[in-house]
Amino acid sequence: MTASRKDRVLVVVELKGGNDFMNTIIPYTSGVYYDSRPVVGLKVEEVLPLNDTLAWNPNIEPLKEMYDQGNVAIVQGIGYPDSSRSHFRAMDVWHTCEPIEIGDEGWVGRIIRELDPSGENVLTGINFGRGLSRALAVTGVPATSVDNLDTYGLMTSIDEAQRMQSLQIFEKMYSPAIGSGITMDYLSQTGLDVIKGADELKKAPAMYQSEVEYGSDSMAKSLRDVARVHLADLGTRVFYTMHGGYDHHANEVPSHPKLLKELSGAIRDFFQDLRNHNASEEIVMLVFTEFGRRIRDNASGTDHGTGGGAFIIGDGVKGGLYAEYPSLEPSRWANGEDLEHTIDFRGIYGTLLEQWMGLDPTPIVDGTFEQIYPFN
Amino acid sequence: MSDKNVALMAHLMRRAGFGATRTELEAYVNMGYENVVENLVEPERCDPMDEDILERYFGTTEGGYVPTWMYRMINSKRPLEEKISLFWHHVFATGVGKNQHGLSSVNQIKMFRRVGLSNMREILLELSKDPAMIFWLDNNENRKGEPNENYGRELLELFAMGVGNYTEDDIKDCARAFTGWTFTQPIPLYPHGFYSAHFAFLEDEHDNGEKTFLGHTGNLNGDDIIDIIVEQPATAKFISRHLYNFFVADEPQVPSWNVTPPQDPEAIETLSNAFMESGGDIRHILRTLFNSDFFKEAQAKKVKSPTELVTGLLKLTGTFQGPEPGMGKYPGATTLMGQQLMNPPTVEGWHTGKEWIDGGTLTERVNFAVNEVSDASKPGIAEIIERLKAEGGALSPEAFVAKCVDLVGPMTVSDTTQASLAEFAEVGGDLNLADDDTLEESTARVVRMLQLIVASREYQFA
Repeated sequence: MTASRKDRVLVVVELKGGNDFMNTIIPYTSGVYYDSRPVVGLKVEEVLPLNDTLAWNPNIEPLKEMYDQGNVAIVQGIGYPDSSRSHFRAMDVWHTCEPIEIGDEGWVGRIIRELDPSGENVLTGINFGRGLSRALAVTGVPATSVDNLDTYGLMTSIDEAQRMQSLQIFEKMYSPAIGSGITMDYLSQTGLDVIKGADELKKAPAMYQSEVEYGSDSMAKSLRDVARVHLADLGTRVFYTMHGGYDHHANEVPSHPKLLKELSGAIRDFFQDLRNHNASEEIVMLVFTEFGRRIRDNASGTDHGTGGGAFIIGDGVKGGLYAEYPSLEPSRWANGEDLEHTIDFRGIYGTLLEQWMGLDPTPIVDGTFEQIYPFN
Repeated sequence: MSDKNVALMAHLMRRAGFGATRTELEAYVNMGYENVVENLVEPERCDPMDEDILERYFGTTEGGYVPTWMYRMINSKRPLEEKISLFWHHVFATGVGKNQHGLSSVNQIKMFRRVGLSNMREILLELSKDPAMIFWLDNNENRKGEPNENYGRELLELFAMGVGNYTEDDIKDCARAFTGWTFTQPIPLYPHGFYSAHFAFLEDEHDNGEKTFLGHTGNLNGDDIIDIIVEQPATAKFISRHLYNFFVADEPQVPSWNVTPPQDPEAIETLSNAFMESGGDIRHILRTLFNSDFFKEAQAKKVKSPTELVTGLLKLTGTFQGPEPGMGKYPGATTLMGQQLMNPPTVEGWHTGKEWIDGGTLTERVNFAVNEVSDASKPGIAEIIERLKAEGGALSPEAFVAKCVDLVGPMTVSDTTQASLAEFAEVGGDLNLADDDTLEESTARVVRMLQLIVASREYQFA
């Protein structure tokens, strides 16, 4: 199964550590904001107003520009009931759509299974960055994980000429043998899938030409890899990547701006690159994080909180504000200290699955949840 | 010394420990299998690690502890102490991610090391009083009149008995019996640093009412519950199956155990009998296990966990035999392979066996292994080269393959693997390490052969 480039594609960007949504989309006319955040709060003259009550963090200006062009949907107050403050558990909930029991199937893995039930194309879903996210993990469903596209593959520390020979031997060693047992068979299949995926993927850098100059940070590198693979028409329908470092318990003032700059700059360059190649219409990007942060700062940073925010970005997106910004009224603070969530993340997944990918969201997100309508 | 004895000893040391160098294996074979088992299950017979040096070198906090632990795994003269700690860490999976208090998690691992080979009653009692566990499963919120069942439920379901051996009412009264079992909050981390939390029993929060648990009625407290649990044949079976899954051969994942019978019911029976006759004495059960035929016949019947793969390679290359910089990168390596020590994904622990493997983790395993053996100057690789040299004269391609597979394992490889490795060996013809003119090239061939062997399917198995 080779998908055509015009098949719709989803790019998921995970902001690891809990992005401070309140300092990303800022309630700049609220006294509560300034009272609660004497240290990490931005000053009214710094922010870039979005409307009468909300403003952009100035460091995320490229995203604001895309918003002004109508290509960014801001999902305010995204979360789920009884939000977990553990990074691990919270991310797990987002990955598996299972907030109560412990889930073991990732939602992106389920998408891959829906799109390619027989696992014909090992590149239907690709993760960029080190380590496969649990979101892509479903037993028996191939998902490729690429750290560096230019050097992707097995035994990459070996000198190139010798490596080819070693890989040939590897492929022979992993050829399936009758009667060797389920685990051995599975290992064979997995090893050969990795080689097959690597063979296909190495076409991408060779085919790619672009005038866009991406930044040198990991986010830019990952999104450039996404662009290169997408433009190579390898049939990939879901890309997944992570941007780490958002856990700002301390030193938020110097650190958070840097991340927002990297993130928004990379997203701007990515979409510019796609447009230059006439390949932006079929792509939508979801940017999410496992939770927002506490309303009050801790005099250096902010601790783990609940209701956060997400972005849906693309040329096919109807820009604007979606769901509601959580109330800053102290009587409505969740747990007495957090932003309450106003929309369930599973409804946002559902929105993307049903309205963008044309898939039935119910089995993937385990239920039916309120959707938004962010597409043209 | 028969090859079979060396292979069996290598098997024992991979399972009861984290591997052994060839020189160590030969010394163990000379001691005799049963004596080695005795030394493993009675670790007091062997020298302990020098704790002062470890603490001075590695520190004691969260970031510092996993490297320390891995260092202990490859260097302890009491390898089963470390392996049993890893076993209980798999079973009583507690994550540092929730408590954000590294020292409590470290103390838990130390507790596993201290009591892990004692008896089940002591182990469950220590576990129930362990601050990291109490917080992980919310027993600090388990109070008279408003019980929190989290710990009570998992104690029965995941830690001791398994689903199907108790009722929901048993869970409720089990939880009530553990009301008031909590810990004293350590003073805040910032700016004071790490202080230990300690177990506390709060009489005021304890429910002294009548409870009924597995047919026993009375004002039961947590220790009464544990007494009842360890007498149950279901507990003996459940722990035996855990031990079998960890030390002998991969079983299906734990939640399916109430519906999927063990692959070797006789082995589980043998272990359960050892449990029942000794009152749950772990040493006695493991002695029985390691000396059994079912264990000896289970070579390569388990997929190595990431921790086993990484530590096994460190033993193979002979690196980090003393504290030196660099241990810190290895916990990251196991994390990329799917096992972040001290931070298991859920209370169910890691899914093991075949589930360790996916495209990403296999790539990490292979690339890590290939990289680790690529330096011929590492002591373990140098020793392999010396041993190949000591064979005298030129080695035929077949002998080259066979010797290397033997020195990495010993391990048994499939005909396919054998033939593929032979194909590589044949390219360069005979291997002659005695010829100084071609020594560099010959050494490189050995390294590449070792890289292929550790990249093989067979190497993924313990």
